[in-house]
Amino acid sequence: MTDLTNSPVSATSQQDIGFLQSLARRAQNNWRKIVILIPFVWLLFFFLFPFFIVAKISLAELAIASPPFTKLIEWTDTGVMNIRIVFDNFTYILTDNLYSNTYLNSLKISVLSTLICLLFGYPIAYGIVRSGPVMKPLLLFLVILPFWTSFLLRVYAWMGLLADQGTINNLLISIGLIDEPIRMLYTEFAVFVGIVYTYMPFMILPLYANMEKLDTSLNEAAADLGSKPTNTFFKVTLPLTIPGIIAGSLLVFIPATGEYVIPDLLGGGNVQMIGRVLFNEFSRNTDWPVASAVAIVLLFLLVVPIAVFQHYQGKENEGR
Amino acid sequence: MTDAPWLDHENNTPLVQIRGLTKKFGSVTAVDNIDLDIYQGELFCLLGGSGCGKSTLLRMLAGFEFPESGSINIGGEDMSNVSAYERPTNMMFQSYALFPHMTVEKNIAFGLQQDRVPKSEITDRVDEILQLVELQDFKKRKPQQLSGGQRQRVALARALVKKPRLLLLDEPLAALDKKLRKQTQFELANIQEQVGVTFIVVTHDQEEAMTLATRMAVMDAGRFMQIGTPNEIYEFPQSRFVADFIGSANIFAGRVSEDGTDHVRVDTDLGEVYIDHGQSVTEGKQIWVGLRPEKIHVSKTAPKKAGPNQVSGEVEEIGYLGETSIYKVKLKTGQLVDVTAPNQVRSRSNEQSITWEDTVYLSWEPSSAMLLNS
Repeated sequence: MTDLTNSPVSATSQQDIGFLQSLARRAQNNWRKIVILIPFVWLLFFFLFPFFIVAKISLAELAIASPPFTKLIEWTDTGVMNIRIVFDNFTYILTDNLYSNTYLNSLKISVLSTLICLLFGYPIAYGIVRSGPVMKPLLLFLVILPFWTSFLLRVYAWMGLLADQGTINNLLISIGLIDEPIRMLYTEFAVFVGIVYTYMPFMILPLYANMEKLDTSLNEAAADLGSKPTNTFFKVTLPLTIPGIIAGSLLVFIPATGEYVIPDLLGGGNVQMIGRVLFNEFSRNTDWPVASAVAIVLLFLLVVPIAVFQHYQGKENEGR
Repeated sequence: MTDAPWLDHENNTPLVQIRGLTKKFGSVTAVDNIDLDIYQGELFCLLGGSGCGKSTLLRMLAGFEFPESGSINIGGEDMSNVSAYERPTNMMFQSYALFPHMTVEKNIAFGLQQDRVPKSEITDRVDEILQLVELQDFKKRKPQQLSGGQRQRVALARALVKKPRLLLLDEPLAALDKKLRKQTQFELANIQEQVGVTFIVVTHDQEEAMTLATRMAVMDAGRFMQIGTPNEIYEFPQSRFVADFIGSANIFAGRVSEDGTDHVRVDTDLGEVYIDHGQSVTEGKQIWVGLRPEKIHVSKTAPKKAGPNQVSGEVEEIGYLGETSIYKVKLKTGQLVDVTAPNQVRSRSNEQSITWEDTVYLSWEPSSAMLLNS
């Protein structure tokens, strides 16, 4: 008897629930679309659109005008549309040794800085992950702490430390290790110090996030199967932290290549990096088209290898 | 040598000897002065609730934790200064801990590579063990591409392929769903029998322990409450904790009124309990009597003559479980006694069937009651 009275009630309420669920699902689908749309819109307005403006300028010629370049599209009095595309800027950049050398030097400095950051950042991140529950938040806080001081201020501080009459030289002279100050400021060494110091957190944090997710029982399992700690590191830990290594390296490598402030302040005129060349073309020479072309070439220099790399990485992940 | 060396302590040397083992984490004593012998070929279960120290004990056997005091001896060798990677043990982890960047094949081969086993032999042994766990067709897969049950078998294969003296299994079936778990229990016991490796299994599931174990230890607060065969533990628990932890038991306080050579009489709220198995107790001493619900006979007809091992009460609740029913019978003293009875005849039509508020008579065999000393 109870069964009979109960069943119709539960049937209708179940239908109601089904209807509500489908509504909720539809709303959720729309939300999902909107959520995906946000980064697209953002990238469209703040990356792709400005990029096309720069690309357009790079195909123009220097002109005495405001803004100082020729227009891409011009209408003659008779109503004919003139499109002027000039590749001179690119041929100029690619043939002049100054530019190619500067590009190569930028890449050399950023690649080496990335490797140094990885070399120091990896054990630091590992140490933080393995530290106790009291130390861990403190250490993470210390990694992020420098961000609370202006970047420029920190670079100026390094100038004070590295100068001929700076803190480090004075200290070394006072304890009698050296008689003459070692020249550090305005050398490539100073640029390396500045870049490694500034970008270290960008290496540590993705590595930390990656390592934190690693199951410590994997290390125990390896040990249990007879693997010594060093072997476990190379066979288990290192392969599983590759995503963190890639993320950290890209976050250091990309901004370091185009770095302007550090080579300008710590390298002086002695270290040529593409960021300084770009700035000089743009502001001192007011040659916007060449500056734009420099920026476009830099972009392709960075984007192409990264895109190729990510393509293969994606393929490998599919297999998982 | 008998088939079961663990039942013949005199003529067999144990494979694992644990003496006075203690492990503390800060102020918490996880394992408290434990002694244990485990024999070749055993499937020994460590059973206990969470935090009872069973996993810590297992991790000390594997070499992941080192004791404060006491010793572990495996195959005649003291393990005090032996690192995890040098021990003749292998472990199957609760999380399985399969290497996510390696295929099934490579996961299993990993341990053999560490021992510098020749390549051709590795291939053979990996294939052999994959056959044993029936995963031949999955050797090129990554762990993420396997089901839970398949991963469990890869973990087992990886731990077994090195032919360890001792295999340690931490909750090997906990991650599987109930049906698969039951099926796998028997598979695990079969595999153990086939390979002949000594297993130590940590579990919180008493049914699992009862099914698998040759012997088992019930643990609480870092100590062993009782060690014995599943049958011994179930039929002859020594304490209220064990009686209640394994299966269910109605427990009554009482005093020993007579301690004969082959029987014991105890006065309890149930009336007089007569137990026909001799157990050394002191007369007049406070003691507990346990009665398993399935060992109590329930009837609507009063017994013909008065005597020990019977009591009457009123049915307060009935739980119908299909194959059996649970009756909660309220005694005159107000205490509730759980009784289970098989549903051998279809009820409703039957006059004999027991229903709410019926007066029922409970009785049990002289062999049924269990004497609990603590």
